[in-house]
Amino acid sequence: MLHNLAQLPRYRGLIQSLVARELKARYRGSVLGFLWSFVNPLLLLLVYSIVFAYIMPARFTGGDEPKPFADAYPYSVFLFCGLLPWTWFAASLNECAGVLISGGNLIKKVLFPAEVLPIVTVLANMVHFFFGLPILVIFLVYYGAPITFGELLWFPVIVLVQLILTLGLGLLVAALTVHFRDIRDILANVLQLWFFATPIIYPWQHAPDLGKWFLNLNPFTHLAISYQEVLFFRGPIGHWRWLLALGVVSIAFFLFAYFVFDRLRDTFAEEV
Amino acid sequence: MANAIELTNASKVYRRFAHRRQFATLKSALLSRSLVRDLRPEETFAALTNVTVSVSRGQTLGVIGRNGSGKSTMLKLVAGITKPTSGVVRVNGRISALIELGAGFHPEISGRENVFINGIMLGLSKREVAERFDEIVEFAELQDFIDAPVKTYSSGMYMRLGFAVAVHVDPDVLLVDEVLAVGDEGFTHKCLDKFAEFKRRGKTILLVTHSLGLVERFCDETLWLDGGRIRGSGDPKRIVGAYLTDIEEREERELAAGDAKAQHSAAAGIVSPDEPSSVVLPDTPIETATGLGDMFRAAEGRWGSREVEITEVTLVGGDGQAGHVFHTGDAMDVRIRLRAPLPVDDFVVGIGIFNAEGVCCYGTNTSIAELVAERLSGDAEATFSIAALDLVEGTYKLDVAVHKLDGYPYDYHRLLYTFRVKSRAKDVGIYRPRHTWRFAGNVKFKDARG
Repeated sequence: MLHNLAQLPRYRGLIQSLVARELKARYRGSVLGFLWSFVNPLLLLLVYSIVFAYIMPARFTGGDEPKPFADAYPYSVFLFCGLLPWTWFAASLNECAGVLISGGNLIKKVLFPAEVLPIVTVLANMVHFFFGLPILVIFLVYYGAPITFGELLWFPVIVLVQLILTLGLGLLVAALTVHFRDIRDILANVLQLWFFATPIIYPWQHAPDLGKWFLNLNPFTHLAISYQEVLFFRGPIGHWRWLLALGVVSIAFFLFAYFVFDRLRDTFAEEV
Repeated sequence: MANAIELTNASKVYRRFAHRRQFATLKSALLSRSLVRDLRPEETFAALTNVTVSVSRGQTLGVIGRNGSGKSTMLKLVAGITKPTSGVVRVNGRISALIELGAGFHPEISGRENVFINGIMLGLSKREVAERFDEIVEFAELQDFIDAPVKTYSSGMYMRLGFAVAVHVDPDVLLVDEVLAVGDEGFTHKCLDKFAEFKRRGKTILLVTHSLGLVERFCDETLWLDGGRIRGSGDPKRIVGAYLTDIEEREERELAAGDAKAQHSAAAGIVSPDEPSSVVLPDTPIETATGLGDMFRAAEGRWGSREVEITEVTLVGGDGQAGHVFHTGDAMDVRIRLRAPLPVDDFVVGIGIFNAEGVCCYGTNTSIAELVAERLSGDAEATFSIAALDLVEGTYKLDVAVHKLDGYPYDYHRLLYTFRVKSRAKDVGIYRPRHTWRFAGNVKFKDARG
């Protein structure tokens, strides 16, 4: 396993060109082309904003907000901070579930390191996430969000932790789906539930006490809170301990997932 | 010199797809610690059994065998795409596998981008692909289309591009799985030239193919797989010969079984004639009796009054052996055993040869041969002796019949007997006249190949 893991950097060039291909191919033939990378998150944001600001107004007026919240900044900006990384996360896992099966030709007919496929999926979605960031930045700057340079230094750390976590889950989902196709269908629903079980459309503080306890078990809670603290809330990031702990857990989980993937590797060519 | 490819007792067992899943639930699968072991079910299929081969560097090994004999499995083992269930597979040097051409092409992006990505997948660096790019495009003959998305390519263009990339990877070991039929004559020649070039440069080639001519011409060694085991290996000419003999024997058995079935169902009356009057040559000319209209309705069957019965029909080769497979130009006897419980004096024995399309190749009877019947009683045998079977390669069927001079059938066997004519010459048509070519003037030919 470690041997195979050490081989990964050798596929750098392959991964790079596959990610580029993925991005190029995705919008080939559409009128807006690459612009979709910007327009998509914007539309998504619009939908959620309409739903939670007008149709079903969220009540964010609880008295226990630790930091000045939301009076000056619209809810949509808060929403955006969590929604954008979530889209990266959810889309990655959804695509990973099918990636080995749709890439079956490569696995069966070409000597091809299978782990490259889920990795490319996660990375391509990360690039989309990056494309969405300028929109977020425009919003933040427009509303004069209280971002400090010191806080921004944490941003790459959060992205890195999320990347490792997503890679681990992606590898695991990809490998298991080859044997249990059911996962593809289950996953869509699990992700839906997961989304609402993560403080993205509501702030963590608004969850009831028992809910908070559960939310803390959800790894994405800590990512979402970290993003929100860095980008949205005033004041220094208060969640960094959780974040670093999650980082360690993510690395361990990634290794575990890679181990499982590696053990199942030889069965892929026969099963897909 | 080191071996480029080495298989030692390599076996590959595939699982058959069972109707039930291996695990009752996903949970139990995750909880059981033996995840991999549990994935190994009882129902298995041995695709390859104890194969030991070594190919030394610079050699070309041809792998032949019937469909499902394990050729492709062996290739996949050598390519490292699957692992042997037991045994060892060792390959020295960079491999390029022409197993499926253009595997991994993305339809939406241009040929140019696909060449780069495909090259990188096959182990080249970006710079190496760039260096070879022009050569690849030229080889694929796609200069005008290289910037169009691959989805707009015809399948031939797709294959050519895939082939071009794969052979320009500059492998030490080239694995080829029946991919030479990817283009027109010109392109096929180019592919063969490329292989020849590989050979000259001392590359090792593993060629899986059904084209025996290619094996004889190209390969230094031949491996014959049958049911996942090695049936023979060594000199291509010898192995190909043995393989062909085996195929003939198999065909022989299949034809015999097919004939037995046809005769059985005819005897049981399962197939009955819709028009008993479509008799082989009573006194009417052949054209009307076996005209085109009848041909299309031709179905095997047996009918007649059985006042005279055909009890057995055997095809006998020049060597006196009964069989179903003959070679063009061979002698062939059709032996017809007859039995007439009561003596008859009005009888005609006839025979017709039809090809697979139902075209009557030849038909005659004793009346046409101006033999006047006098008496037939008890057991008798008629032999229709063909001095030389001058037919092109193909499967032929026989009509055998005894009937009265006016066409009233005693026993009519329609298309119940099958034989196969084999020929190494791939000439076309039905009839192969004995012939030679002669030339005069300024004409010259190279020596025949081989």
